[in-house]
Amino acid sequence: MYVAVKGGERAIDAAHAWLAEERRGDTAVAELSVPQIREQLALAVNRVMAEGSLYDPDLAALAIKQSRGDLIEAVFLMRAYRTTLPRFGASEPVDTGAMACDRRISATFKDLPGGQVLGPTFDYTHRLLDFALMAEGEAPITAEGVPAGGPVPHVTAFLNREGLIEEAMESDVVPPDLTREPMELPASRALRLQALTRGDEGFVLGLAYSTQRGYGRTHAFVGELRIGAVEVEMEIPELGFAIPIGTVRLTECETVNQFKGSRTEPPQFTRGYGLVFGQSERKAISMSLIDRALRWKELGEDDAGVPAQDEEFVLMHADNVQATGFLEHIKLPHYVDFQSELELIRKLRREAMGDSSQDAHPTQEAAE
Amino acid sequence: MSDYNFAYLDEQTKRMIRRAILKGLAVPGYQVPFASREMPMPYGWGTGGVQVTAAIMVPEDRLKVIDQGADDTTNAVSIRKFFQRTAGVAVTERTAEATVIQTRHRIPEVPLTGGQILVYQVPIPEPLRFLEPSEIETRRMHALEDYGLMHVKLYEDIARHGAIATSYAYPVKVEGRYVMDPSPIPKFDNPKMEMDAIQLFGAGREQRIYALPPHTRVVSLDFEDFPFEASKADHACALCGAADSYLDEVITDDAGGRMFVCSDTDFCAGRRTGEVAA
Repeated sequence: MYVAVKGGERAIDAAHAWLAEERRGDTAVAELSVPQIREQLALAVNRVMAEGSLYDPDLAALAIKQSRGDLIEAVFLMRAYRTTLPRFGASEPVDTGAMACDRRISATFKDLPGGQVLGPTFDYTHRLLDFALMAEGEAPITAEGVPAGGPVPHVTAFLNREGLIEEAMESDVVPPDLTREPMELPASRALRLQALTRGDEGFVLGLAYSTQRGYGRTHAFVGELRIGAVEVEMEIPELGFAIPIGTVRLTECETVNQFKGSRTEPPQFTRGYGLVFGQSERKAISMSLIDRALRWKELGEDDAGVPAQDEEFVLMHADNVQATGFLEHIKLPHYVDFQSELELIRKLRREAMGDSSQDAHPTQEAAE
Repeated sequence: MSDYNFAYLDEQTKRMIRRAILKGLAVPGYQVPFASREMPMPYGWGTGGVQVTAAIMVPEDRLKVIDQGADDTTNAVSIRKFFQRTAGVAVTERTAEATVIQTRHRIPEVPLTGGQILVYQVPIPEPLRFLEPSEIETRRMHALEDYGLMHVKLYEDIARHGAIATSYAYPVKVEGRYVMDPSPIPKFDNPKMEMDAIQLFGAGREQRIYALPPHTRVVSLDFEDFPFEASKADHACALCGAADSYLDEVITDDAGGRMFVCSDTDFCAGRRTGEVAA
């Protein structure tokens, strides 16, 4: 009865206690440590860092542990922590050309300076459950090769030399920070890329896939995909020059897309770009496809009216912390709204059923 | 919680939010974009309201939090606890004793007074959103005071149903200029929006703040021949007997039994103890 809406406080405390117990699971099984998650669930850690917009493998591992493996919940924990941190400044742009690549492949050239380096990829594994992993085996030992050394230049730079691909315009404009300023539409490309890199992997993937299936085709080739560590430098005002403050692992994808041109202008390939924290190549490729699709106006393409071309649709729905919050909030109480709907529907039904005791017009009620 | 600043947000963020609030108060009903932060509760749980409350709160405040009119609903409990932990402010369930009231979907029955601040949690701040999905378009429509679409919608309601088929989040016009979403309060509460207290509206996920200074003219949209009506269940409260308060319908058994009780639990309790005049 009426008491049903009372007791919220006790119910919350009890729910939290139960949750804590469920999180730990069977105590006869050894507890998972944060370093174990960081080392052995590294791709989950990468995803949480990328979508949480915070590069800290230990905190991401902690968030995964605390969230019982619910990665969106873990992303949310990271964001809520990140938001409390002061922003001291911005780093210099990272030089991905100088990346220490663990993986570097091109789908457009069979061989190229810097070579094709597969790195630690699932790509050519056979997806057969490895039951040996169920037993606790020896740590696998991989023979260490000799790094090829030498520079690993960007593939698009080769094309650029011939003028085959559009110039990536340099700009000294300070990009807006979507975590510190409200999103403004229409958005600059820098802001779009920012939103995409922290966007939900599933959403970004689905949209990119839709462009491949014909909803805004851009005919993308993976010009290059590279994963590795880059140095982050920051200019310290007191010093007047930039110093390295750490390294981050990044995944970068550059797509080479179909050209445009006209009778007077020779055709050129166009670019799509993806850059994501950690080893997150599905996300980086997806991001570069959507980036390219969103550039339709700038490149003078037709509006096909597809979702991946609709900047507002893409940017306003890519954030999984926003999306999950609003989606799940419908389980909160809505007694008041629903009550007013009840009043309304009864009244409309009364009128529709021609209750002659009611006026055809809405009547003033005593409450007013 | 000494690891966090007073009321959770850092002072720079609070200043940014206060600037948005001041702009909102200067242009009543206008949706001011602000750089909403992630909060430790999910979007949809009142992050906009919580940020506004955190930004205006001072240690001397006495906070009341209601959800659906009640102090004891789970989310109200959770938000109240959040501010007890992060700000250590006094809390109350009494409307008259509170300096700041954060609310989801109701305005208290007891009239608020000057010096009090009512903070609304807002899910969709844009009253035109369901008529026009594009933010670029709706901002243009507000700028040009182009509200024809809204009147057409209300007219179509009347043509189809014989009445305006909006019962909560009923759109209002503020000082004859901006059409504003009052948040999903029942339209019963709309006339109360012309009040002595400051009203602040925070939409976290949508990154918007808007405001009504005291005594602002707030008119619910209607037509001369179909005037706005503030409706409620045609009953009296089964607990306190109030005939003029908004009522929740409570199902009492599975044979169709039900009772109607005040949605505003503090008002109802006050009437039963005689503290609120009948």
